[in-house]
Amino acid sequence: MKQIGNLNKAGKNNITIIIIMFLLCIAPVFLSDFRTNLLGKFVAFAILALGIDLIWGYTGILSLGHGVYFGIGAYCMAMYLKLEADGGKLPDFMSWSGRESLPWFWKPFEIAPVAVLMALVLPTLIALIIGYLTFKNRIKGVYFSILTQALSIIFVVLFVGQQEFTGGTNGITNFKTIFHFSLASGSTKLWLYYISVVFLLLAFFFCKFIINRRVGKVLIAIRDGENRARFSGYNPTIYKVFVYCISAALAGLAGAVYVPQVGIISPAEMGIVPSIEMVIWVAIGGRGSLNGAIIGAILVNLMKSGVSEKFPAVWSYFIGIAFVVVVIFMPSGLVGAFNKLKSKLKSIKINKSANPAEDKILME
Amino acid sequence: MSTYLLQIFNGVSVSSILMLAALGLAITFGLMKIINMAHGELIMIGAYVTYVIQNIFIQYFDKSIFSLYYIIALPGAFVVAALVGYLLEISIIKRLYGRPLDSLLATWGVSLILQQLARSIFGAPNVDVKSPAWLEGGLVLGGTQLPYKRLFIIGLVIACIAGVYIFLYRTAYGRKIRAVMQNRSMAQSLGINTRKVDSITFAMGAGLAGIAGGALTLLGSIGPTLGTNYIVDTFMVVVLGGVGRIVGTVTGSAAIGIGNTTFEFFTNASLGKVLVFLMVIIFLQWKPQGFFTINSRALDE
Repeated sequence: MKQIGNLNKAGKNNITIIIIMFLLCIAPVFLSDFRTNLLGKFVAFAILALGIDLIWGYTGILSLGHGVYFGIGAYCMAMYLKLEADGGKLPDFMSWSGRESLPWFWKPFEIAPVAVLMALVLPTLIALIIGYLTFKNRIKGVYFSILTQALSIIFVVLFVGQQEFTGGTNGITNFKTIFHFSLASGSTKLWLYYISVVFLLLAFFFCKFIINRRVGKVLIAIRDGENRARFSGYNPTIYKVFVYCISAALAGLAGAVYVPQVGIISPAEMGIVPSIEMVIWVAIGGRGSLNGAIIGAILVNLMKSGVSEKFPAVWSYFIGIAFVVVVIFMPSGLVGAFNKLKSKLKSIKINKSANPAEDKILME
Repeated sequence: MSTYLLQIFNGVSVSSILMLAALGLAITFGLMKIINMAHGELIMIGAYVTYVIQNIFIQYFDKSIFSLYYIIALPGAFVVAALVGYLLEISIIKRLYGRPLDSLLATWGVSLILQQLARSIFGAPNVDVKSPAWLEGGLVLGGTQLPYKRLFIIGLVIACIAGVYIFLYRTAYGRKIRAVMQNRSMAQSLGINTRKVDSITFAMGAGLAGIAGGALTLLGSIGPTLGTNYIVDTFMVVVLGGVGRIVGTVTGSAAIGIGNTTFEFFTNASLGKVLVFLMVIIFLQWKPQGFFTINSRALDE
């Protein structure tokens, strides 16, 4: 339970997460339904960012294919929502492609708990296979990143191509109810928002639990010196596959939380561009810090929706420059820069270190 | 059967473009351990240079010499892309040595900026480049017509690879590059200016991508996201072929290009890509480093 990954002590970490959670809980009071819904989407992204932080920030493996796991989780949920919306009839895009009956693998998704479970299990299984086959052969570093990137292209091509099963480019949409509550009503939306916040909190403590255990320390050891970890008697393959699976499951969960709030999932959400954007949330927030991942995901997306609504062209420049600047000059992101500032303040013995902490979070 | 042969021929011409793009990537990755995600945008720059030179010819020169524009466009694409690559290296890449994953992210940012720049200058819709008249038509060979354009691309790529080979293996500068690639600190202590070697090599790789872009204009219209379509395939070539050897890149791109066309011919476009990916994963079980590698005793290679 000592210092993990960054300068923060465990106790201070808790203060930050409490502030974040508090802000997320009271946000709906001040925001319109539309904005709350949007924020709920960002909370889903934050769950995914936690998973990416676990594998990239703590274990040093850069996966550029997390859009796939997010997408699969989302599709699992969307299949259930679609079947419920169409009430026993064949989903519309299937009849458009000339199918007469429901494909066998759609059948289980009529049952809600199965769909939710599959949203976690399927990404984990795929990550298990891909992870085992690559990590076993010590394929690492950029090679792994490139393979996962190819993975995301493959899945997009596959989902677009298999239109009669997946809805093709349009994806799956036109949902009506979730667990028989109307998706259009404001109260359902609010519920969904708070459910995502709860899931975010659970995901946070789950990740914290992992990194505070010995397994978490082995993960950090693998990041900092894989061969040393190997020579100390740990098998990095097992740990890497494990963390890859966990992170895929979190992405799947994020997808399942995302779909009912957004109302559509299409292959565009799982491609290369969204996958790499997910990494930049963590990079900007601060890799190797769970708070950083959450802050990064929510902050970047808030800015994205703010800026790109008005100036879409500016956003591309902005995110491009942010990539370059953060990676070169602030490798540990906002949280890292903030911690550096704080320790500097501390070292010149100004006892204000606690207040700017809160101010900054409130501003965000 | 003849349709299949034509498919294979198309596959070869596509993989030859991949080869050109992957060559620069494999060399810079082998040399500096830098993953340049903006490589696709260098392809795009090459394509737009061709487009601009074409427009200049339409505007300022007589119609009779229009077809010659392409002969000027290719070296132009090389020079402009190499220059952009050089600037990129001395401004951004040089700060990222020893951080391959970070280089990947930062150059992705660069690629976003370059794409948006292209969108601002040339507009988001695709533009067409008119192929020169001397590349119209094709060579009829046993009932199948092989378009001159694709034959020209294959010839161009062979010429480029020969050029790179001679440069790397037959010139003093190429020897320096290989020395740095094999053992940077040793090369440094023998008096090689590795910084200079890095930037020149990076510029050369960028220039090759520019030529690839120029060649791509023969095959279809071009747009700001042109490079993105090729970048993943190009990287797969590098993974499959191994790093730092020309022969690896050639084998890798041939395998990916022909594999793609073959699988697509026998199944369909989407399944074909999936099968190629699976083949690559299976192949890496057997040879995790790719087809060809430079032998090294270092543990962390």
